[in-house]
Amino acid sequence: MKHATRRVVGLSLVSLTGLAAFVIVAMLALILLDVVKGGASHISWKFLTESPTDGMMGGGIFPALFGTAALTLLMTLAVMPVGVLTAVYLHEYAPPDGKLARAVRVAVANLAGVPSIVFGLFGLGFFILFVGKGLDRALGYEELHWAQPGILWASLTLAVLTLPVVIVSTEEALRAVPLDHRTASLALGATQSQTLARVVLPGALPGILTGAVLAISRGAGEVAPILFTGAAYFLPDLPSSLNSQFMHLGYHTYVLATQSPDVEATRPLLYATVMVLLLLTFALNLVAVLIRTRTRRKAASGH
Amino acid sequence: MPPTPATPRNKMESRDLTLRYGSKVAIKQVSLAIPEHKVTALIGPSGCGKSTFLRSLNRMNDLIAGANHEGTVFLDGRSIHDRTLDVVDLRRRVGMVFQKSNPFPKSIFENVAYGLRVGGLKDKAKLAARVEKSLRGAALWDEVKDRLDESALGLSGGQQQRLCIARALAVEPEVLLMDEPASALDPIATAKIEELIHELKATYTIAIVTHNMQQAARVSDRTAFFYMGELVECGPTERIFTNPQEKRTEDYVTGKFG
Repeated sequence: MKHATRRVVGLSLVSLTGLAAFVIVAMLALILLDVVKGGASHISWKFLTESPTDGMMGGGIFPALFGTAALTLLMTLAVMPVGVLTAVYLHEYAPPDGKLARAVRVAVANLAGVPSIVFGLFGLGFFILFVGKGLDRALGYEELHWAQPGILWASLTLAVLTLPVVIVSTEEALRAVPLDHRTASLALGATQSQTLARVVLPGALPGILTGAVLAISRGAGEVAPILFTGAAYFLPDLPSSLNSQFMHLGYHTYVLATQSPDVEATRPLLYATVMVLLLLTFALNLVAVLIRTRTRRKAASGH
Repeated sequence: MPPTPATPRNKMESRDLTLRYGSKVAIKQVSLAIPEHKVTALIGPSGCGKSTFLRSLNRMNDLIAGANHEGTVFLDGRSIHDRTLDVVDLRRRVGMVFQKSNPFPKSIFENVAYGLRVGGLKDKAKLAARVEKSLRGAALWDEVKDRLDESALGLSGGQQQRLCIARALAVEPEVLLMDEPASALDPIATAKIEELIHELKATYTIAIVTHNMQQAARVSDRTAFFYMGELVECGPTERIFTNPQEKRTEDYVTGKFG
């Protein structure tokens, strides 16, 4: 009897956990299937390389594609140095129980929990109305130049949003570098900074790139933070300078889904846009994963 | 009576060295000389402070939070705790080989060249010459000369440990500290390391911590027995093993405890 009960409990646990795992896969498969079914036929070279036309009921998505890529790139350039340096300070230099380190950790944890729309408002309030206005005043612009939504401010807002991801994963990567390697380096007469540059950071590089992967895939898909800070409803021209507005795939999706006068006509466009957004995110991830595997293999083979 | 040989110079010497981790005393008032061009073995049961003592000779204990010391250690008559002495210079003069071989995840060549590179040597020909000399010094050259560009992690355990010795030799230290360098190796690899120690003492001054008493007897000229953080007895290896003056030393070397 007891034996039988144990078997039942065991079996039901296996099926329960298996079912939960299956639901995840099924969800992803359903989403992908739906998106591909609705969008694949509409994707063409023309769709990818042309601007929207006919009140967004025709044409392509090139400005949105370009805007998303540029935005993500700028965000990565902004977030990686700050995030990595912060993590290096926290893990390598700050006294473990120091007040500053603790304050930074609390800030990072809380930053990660802030809803993304709040980051958008923060970007508007801080970057555009405070920093931008200050710049305009200091540089003597009569009209609004920096104090308006633009790609720089949007990417900086996204950088703040993804900062916790980069800090946490970099710190994790630094922690994973064996203590042995540090002591060996110091025992050979290397200074702490040489040890950091030659042993610790190269050893942590795969983990740091993982942080970049996570930050990019998070940042590329966010729409709320860029609503007030730079994304444009419709803008056939590509952003030409750091204070230009830009189109964005995520925002474009929202616009197509909710603002179109003819829902039926827009539907294939909408599906295709979503599919491109997904493909772009996957591609970015794939590139970063490839870089990571390569560095890891390089590190292991020692070149 | 044969003329007494000139007493070898003391390369390093600790004087009343006490070291604490926080408030826990790890070694207590140890005064011990490490004579030049000799092998000094540090023996004793686990936790007796022998490794701590060894690590204090090149100030590796500085890296442990809460470690503090009284007394000092002299290197060529100068205190290693002197404010004007740079700890980086100290560690270049007093090299260290660890218990677990810890090659960097780099090529064999880059492992050996590491200390030279951080010391500012850039000349490729000089680097190559020093790497070869060090690998020969560690009796590893013939085994790796055709694959210097391969990862050090592909070497066997014994080879890795000799690589770590080569890496330490490359910066041409005066003293070599070895913390149980053979404890993770098989008997053949161990024999190779011991043979190497024999050869190295002509050039270097060596201090070695070991758990293995036969090893201490085989490789060392002098032996120091540590117990509960104190230096119990130190003398010529033969005397420590055949005619110890302290009861605790005798009990330990004859295997009554430890």
